[in-house]
Amino acid sequence: MTLTEAEMPPRPGLPAAPAQEGRAAASPIRAALKVFVQNRLAVLGLVLVVLIVLFCFVGPLVYHTDQVHTNLDQVTLPPGAGHPVGTDSVGYDELGRLMAGGQTSLEVGLAAALIATLFGSVYGAIAGYVGGVVDGLMMRVTDILLSIPTLFFLLLMATIFRPSKPVLIIVIAVVSWLIPARLIRGETLTLKIREYVQAARGMGAGGPYNLFQHVLPNAIGTIAVNVTFQIADAILAVAAMSYLGLGVPPPAADWGGMLSDGVNYSYSGYWWLIYPPGLAIVLTVVAFNFIGDAVRDSFESRLRTVRG
Amino acid sequence: MSKFIVRRLWQSVLVVLGVTIVVFVFTRLLPGGPARAILGPRATPAAIAAFDHANGYDRPLVAQYVVWLGHLATGNLGYSYKLNQSVAALIADRLPKTVLLVGIANLIALVVAVPLGLAQAVRRNRLTDYAVTGVAFVFYSMPLFWLSILLVIVFSIDLGALPPQAPQGDFLDVLTHPSGLVLPVLTLTLVTVALFTRYTRSSAIEALTQDYVRTARAKGASTNLVVVHHVLRNSLLPIITMIGLTIPVVVSGALVVESVFNFPGMGLLFWSAAQTQDYPILLGTTVVVGVATALGSLLADLLYAVVDPRIRSAR
Repeated sequence: MTLTEAEMPPRPGLPAAPAQEGRAAASPIRAALKVFVQNRLAVLGLVLVVLIVLFCFVGPLVYHTDQVHTNLDQVTLPPGAGHPVGTDSVGYDELGRLMAGGQTSLEVGLAAALIATLFGSVYGAIAGYVGGVVDGLMMRVTDILLSIPTLFFLLLMATIFRPSKPVLIIVIAVVSWLIPARLIRGETLTLKIREYVQAARGMGAGGPYNLFQHVLPNAIGTIAVNVTFQIADAILAVAAMSYLGLGVPPPAADWGGMLSDGVNYSYSGYWWLIYPPGLAIVLTVVAFNFIGDAVRDSFESRLRTVRG
Repeated sequence: MSKFIVRRLWQSVLVVLGVTIVVFVFTRLLPGGPARAILGPRATPAAIAAFDHANGYDRPLVAQYVVWLGHLATGNLGYSYKLNQSVAALIADRLPKTVLLVGIANLIALVVAVPLGLAQAVRRNRLTDYAVTGVAFVFYSMPLFWLSILLVIVFSIDLGALPPQAPQGDFLDVLTHPSGLVLPVLTLTLVTVALFTRYTRSSAIEALTQDYVRTARAKGASTNLVVVHHVLRNSLLPIITMIGLTIPVVVSGALVVESVFNFPGMGLLFWSAAQTQDYPILLGTTVVVGVATALGSLLADLLYAVVDPRIRSAR
């Protein structure tokens, strides 16, 4: 690696210049928002998510298609008049199917991520706050479950429960809460020795009060970052499940199922069945990852301005 | 040091036991139970009762678990009625292939991702950084089976350069037909590189802000020397942990890649077993994979303690 002197980052190690001191400190949320908006990738991600949500949920109100009855006269038609993105292997209009499939992928991803993060955060906060043997036991449980690779876990559960939208949500949430639990536990360990928590405790505040009033609200940055990354991962998990044959049953659709149906035709050159659903997944997941990265940056710089 | 190792070993024993309990409970939750899965939906209640009795499935769950654990300890992982083979023999055939696949992919990913992540950290918020971040995000965000198929379309269908299916024979057959390994390894490597560059970048950025970097530069050390000698060495520590942490992710990835390329490894074995509800195989593979993962992260932690004296003294 050849790097010239000028290519080194300027003075590493010096704290970043405290931006907008007085005002930013007065409203940390506003400061975080400001950093977020300044991050171009974050804005791009947000715009993408809004567009995708509009496409999936408002689109079908404008663009009417039959996504329940198959039409075997019109299978695998290439894009053209009447079907802007063609039709799939049983005659559904591909564009309408993308909207319907997106609804499933987004709903399952969002719900699973929210449930997982909520449960994981509370679990981790309790473990970290109580400490001792309880902490050790609770964390061993997450270690055990983390040792079983996600897809193995998902497949095991999917052999027990017949796939449907609520089942997918629960199953994905069950494998996803472990990471937030670990993260929030770590955060709680540093938060619980802060003065304000100690003070509240000294004034007689009970554990649950302290947890929900002081510890969890102050871990909101970590929680928010985690939710966005979890959504991205959950959408990918839904797709993988569908590919492995454990997605929502027809006539319901999801992007992963459409994609895995499409790739059966990779030798036939039906590109309109292979690229649109794949791109939809990649765009959505990338968008949520961009947002997650930016939320992390904005909360970190919030801490910088508050402390500095 | 020894106290840390003992403590960590004890934790691993608990985790491994926990994995066996979870897997055992899972297979007992399967609809219909093992008798139904093996004898089929038309089996009479009498036949099921006889089967349960013969196999000990009518005994208390705890007793069944202890017996099963005893079998595990002696390497008896059960018998697959559907494939008419012992699970241990199946796994002995499949495991080395998955280790080969995951191992090569991990190795290449490390060699590619560490320099990339370092370069990103050094040129933070510049074109190189943004470009690598963008590409890494795209690969990370692709459904793995889609990425596999796209590579098949390009390299097998359009160019006709590489076979779209992995070699089907034994371990030696896989080794002697490396062309069939290229696409599965490539798919897994691309995703792993995406994962590793993110970790390396952030750990190198942190190392760059440390006092010793400033001191070295103040003493007149060149940029290359600082990066290779101080930043690389210090950011290698979190990378050890990263490899331990990503084992389950990469193994999950291997499951998808194996099913796309029909690569006869553990993942494919597990997937086909899940579809035919072949319990003994589901149990056996999950236990082996879970234990391997737990041991992998144990190894990573111990290695970390060996390399970093701060960990030893801190505990």
